[in-house]
Amino acid sequence: MAQQNIVDARVVKRFPAARDSQPFELNVHFRAADGATILFGPSGAGKTLLLNCLAGFTRPDEGRILLHDQLLFDAATHIHLAPQKRRCGYIFQDHALFPHMTVRENLRFAASAAPREKGRALNRHRRVHDLLDAFELADLAARKPAQLSGGQKQRAALARILLSEPRLLLLDEPTRGLDLRLRRAFYGVMRETRARLEIPIVMVTHDLDECFELADSVYLLDNGRVLQSGPREAVFARPASLDIARSLGIYNLLPATIAALDPGRHTSRLAVLGQEIEGPYFPGHFIGDAGFLCVRQSEIRVRTAETRSHHNRLSLRLENWSMSSSGIRLLFDHDAVATVSESEFEALRGENRLYLEIPPSAVYFIA
Amino acid sequence: MGVDWFPLWLSLRVACLATLFVLTVGTLLAYLLSHKAFLGKNFIDSLITLPLVLPPTVLGYYLLVLVGRASPLGHLYEAVFGSPLVFTWQAAVVAAFLHSAPIYIKAARAILETVDYRYEWAAHSLGASEWRTFWRVTLPLAWRGLSSLATLSFARSLGDFGVTIMVAGNIPGRTQTLSVAIYDAVESGNGRLARILVLVVSCAALALLWPGARLSAPSERLARGSRTHPPA
Repeated sequence: MAQQNIVDARVVKRFPAARDSQPFELNVHFRAADGATILFGPSGAGKTLLLNCLAGFTRPDEGRILLHDQLLFDAATHIHLAPQKRRCGYIFQDHALFPHMTVRENLRFAASAAPREKGRALNRHRRVHDLLDAFELADLAARKPAQLSGGQKQRAALARILLSEPRLLLLDEPTRGLDLRLRRAFYGVMRETRARLEIPIVMVTHDLDECFELADSVYLLDNGRVLQSGPREAVFARPASLDIARSLGIYNLLPATIAALDPGRHTSRLAVLGQEIEGPYFPGHFIGDAGFLCVRQSEIRVRTAETRSHHNRLSLRLENWSMSSSGIRLLFDHDAVATVSESEFEALRGENRLYLEIPPSAVYFIA
Repeated sequence: MGVDWFPLWLSLRVACLATLFVLTVGTLLAYLLSHKAFLGKNFIDSLITLPLVLPPTVLGYYLLVLVGRASPLGHLYEAVFGSPLVFTWQAAVVAAFLHSAPIYIKAARAILETVDYRYEWAAHSLGASEWRTFWRVTLPLAWRGLSSLATLSFARSLGDFGVTIMVAGNIPGRTQTLSVAIYDAVESGNGRLARILVLVVSCAALALLWPGARLSAPSERLARGSRTHPPA
């Protein structure tokens, strides 16, 4: 039977103003089930602090932390389980492999701390061996962490965590400072890990790509508060406020008014820049409501005037363009942005009035 | 006239035992001070520093009062070991301990504090108990610093004079350590003996400190390693 909300944490932690810092309060209600939950937000949002509270390194001022049905922390009854009793695997930014032990010794250390394997040396030995193989570390087992590359360290850290049989996996910006190739490799390993382990994985990042690569659910944090949370697609398709949409930086936001609403056919029409766009029905809004059309940049296709299809498109003036890693970035008036491939760009060259084609399902309205 | 080497052997024995106590008690105290928050921590820290600043005679006086034959502690010692503590070579061990422990504890605390807390957190998150983390992670990472500190402690234990003469006295062949023997030789005008013993003490101290300095210097192996290994 699938359990719901395997981690349930209400956490309040206050830091008074100090000489060199503003007062800060973390006040969140966090739930995570099996699969990957990503804590996303700018630096100083309280993401790592929340992770440390879950792991038991930081004691919250108020609240309650439940893992499965076990109480890890409860302010009211003064329960604060020590980190070594929580079985929350924690991967640090720099992996924190013990520098004085070889890779094998690092893994053995974790294996002998795992509750199931206490005293069963043979079993322990076999599990270390298996994981060294599974993470392609067998040839590196005799090396010290200082002799490993970034990617190898990462695999070793993950293998070590898995040996300790965690009930919850916590990762603090594990790909920070790694190049794209190593990040991709890490995403692959993480996907395998997620499939192999049926435990909640909570990962801190401030990299949006990482959210899209790995997240099942997302928590958007800022200034110690949860701005929005939910399944990844729901959060990114429907940001809860204009501020969130602006801070994520992946949307085109254009002033719009609702021109028509049809709950029966589940459609709507938005008046945008003197043109009309079709979208889905927006419950809770009325005709004449003013707000913003919000469309993910990646959902937009760019067409010239000649293209036959003229379904659901906005005419905008191309103002500038620049190269980016994912293609050519086109900048239009009203700060609209779209990215096209180089071959598409060749076809568009010379035109300065272009059409932004938007699938109705990608249209979203923010009041 | 031959030289009586008894003071040298006694001093070595006293210093060995005192260092052993310093290493166990001192490391434990340093760990508590560096890793735990508790009431009265600053007071205990001051108490540990006190022997460094008090005149040895004051310390010796306190010890005489504390473990003298009339005190409860002295009674307890006499009941357990069958003889009083004061004016025995065992009292010289206590004196040497007091002489070297404060410096060891203060420096060991600093060394243990510099051990990156993330390694300890990582060990805890893997389920390792505090005891296991201390033995397998904290101590090995601090080993280099602590062992050079241990040689310093040993050298310092060899050299105590003031407290030793107060609580162990100057009984030739029983409690006369090297530093006391030198004092005795100078007092009785035996310049040759004083010169020999002074030379012995100086050489022994140098021989101890030299490897200690090598331990605390950055390791050649590590320095070479960081140049040849590819950047992480």
